[in-house]
Amino acid sequence: MKTFELTRAHDNTQAVSAAANATTAQQGAEIRFIAGGTTLIDLMKLNVETPQKLIDVNHLPLGKIDNLPDGGLTIGAMVRNSDLAYHPVVRKNYAVLSEAILSGASAQLRNMATTAGNLLQRTRCMYFRDTATPCNKREPGSGCAAITGVNRSLAILGTSEHCIATNPSDMNVALAALEATIHIRGTKGERSVPIGDFHLVPGDTPHRETVLEPGDLITNVTLPPPAPGNRSLYLKLRDRASYEFALASAAIVVTVANGRMTRARIALGGVGTKPWRSTEAERELTDQLATPAVFQKAADAALRDAKPQSQNGFKVELAKRCLVHALKLATQNA
Amino acid sequence: MSPPNESDEKPEIKSHGGLGESTRRTFLSRLGMAGLMASAGSISPALGERSGKEQSLLSESKDAIPVTLRVNGKKYDLRIDPRTTLLDCVREHLHLTGSKKGCDHGQCGACTVQINGRRVNSCLCFAAMYQNDDITTIEGLGQPENLHAMQAAFVAHDAYQCGYCTSGQIMSAVALLKEPCGPDDAEVKEFMSGNICRCGAYQNIVSAIQSVRQNAKTQKPA
Repeated sequence: MKTFELTRAHDNTQAVSAAANATTAQQGAEIRFIAGGTTLIDLMKLNVETPQKLIDVNHLPLGKIDNLPDGGLTIGAMVRNSDLAYHPVVRKNYAVLSEAILSGASAQLRNMATTAGNLLQRTRCMYFRDTATPCNKREPGSGCAAITGVNRSLAILGTSEHCIATNPSDMNVALAALEATIHIRGTKGERSVPIGDFHLVPGDTPHRETVLEPGDLITNVTLPPPAPGNRSLYLKLRDRASYEFALASAAIVVTVANGRMTRARIALGGVGTKPWRSTEAERELTDQLATPAVFQKAADAALRDAKPQSQNGFKVELAKRCLVHALKLATQNA
Repeated sequence: MSPPNESDEKPEIKSHGGLGESTRRTFLSRLGMAGLMASAGSISPALGERSGKEQSLLSESKDAIPVTLRVNGKKYDLRIDPRTTLLDCVREHLHLTGSKKGCDHGQCGACTVQINGRRVNSCLCFAAMYQNDDITTIEGLGQPENLHAMQAAFVAHDAYQCGYCTSGQIMSAVALLKEPCGPDDAEVKEFMSGNICRCGAYQNIVSAIQSVRQNAKTQKPA
């Protein structure tokens, strides 16, 4: 591991100004915020991340979950994954978020990982993690070893000829279906970004994963009020029963009235280069009867643009079945 | 009926062989030293200084920073390189070698310790970030002459073979007692999935944990 200077930020302003001196907030950043450290320290040990300076943000006053006047929820950037998943309001009103978080990692890692850190979780693509191989995300212009290599676990949606790395987060998929908003404090003040605009598809700049600029500090995430009468759930399919990344997952937030789906929000995990909201699937579901044929049409629409690689063609069918089954579970007895 | 005397159930762990207080680690390092002395008598005079020298090499990295840690209720003033993980710190600087290094990437759970009562992977913590926190390692949980109920249950249920993952398993299991874990074995398995056992002692690990949970329940006043 490369050596670094460790400092602690005592307030948000100090954190932003300390990080603003970096040339990027993306891959290769010389200055990094460190919170739970579960991704960053792992990648520093692999020399994939080589920051010269770490700013410990664990002591910033960003660790609370509060109800909003509009009936929504605000989640501090430093709220640990386990505290978020077990929060009574989250369990009651945003079950998909609780289930998504608890389906990821282990109890130890969830005690460490934070809300903002999970938003910035890096891909598990083995070539990104191995500095001996080319990777356009890690080293722009070096090539993509995954496209001709071992790509069974990698993405089929949102890929480019430069990168097919999957976004590994479960939490992000739930946040996409819940239409969360990311609140950022930067050198030019505060701004809010809908989660759909926060992560970027790789295109020809896979090293740019989010809209974050040098100095940008995620302060909190807000959730809109729960849609009246909605049911939500997260279904995750993987190689092991626990402690494994998704091959395909589905986050569903759906409202059913008289057998008809009046509102549907759908996001897929394990298959996209970013948390994959499918408005195509939502269109096929909205105002339709909750039947297997309708679910299948939605699943076909969600995966219509899928581009399988040499080893992950099975993911197209797996993701469809995952979505169909999740919809069945979410709408049964409604 | 009064509860059984705890000491009746404790396994006896005594040192043998006339070398004074002995642990597996000191025993192994003595073996190593004996080997060195046998093969290279000329370097034996330096061996007495070995551990002191090792200590100074570890603590005097040019980037070392002052760090104060509270581990198992004891305060330690150290100078360590900021890259030092909490795992390496407790093992190499504090010589608390119960916490084990398995994968060193947060994938196996052998390094599990508790920070402020919550279980974490100490291999993914920089020690310098946890000043003013209460850190508990397996050594702080119980000692051979005074085992924690979970340690005793692991012994009673034969919940290990090689033992390498055991301290991490026990640190996780003790934390689990305070977590919203359902009553079933399946739930315990899910809550323990961050601790890998290559020997495959899982069934007995679950039995040990369930026995402690059951005892805690029956001992609560009605």
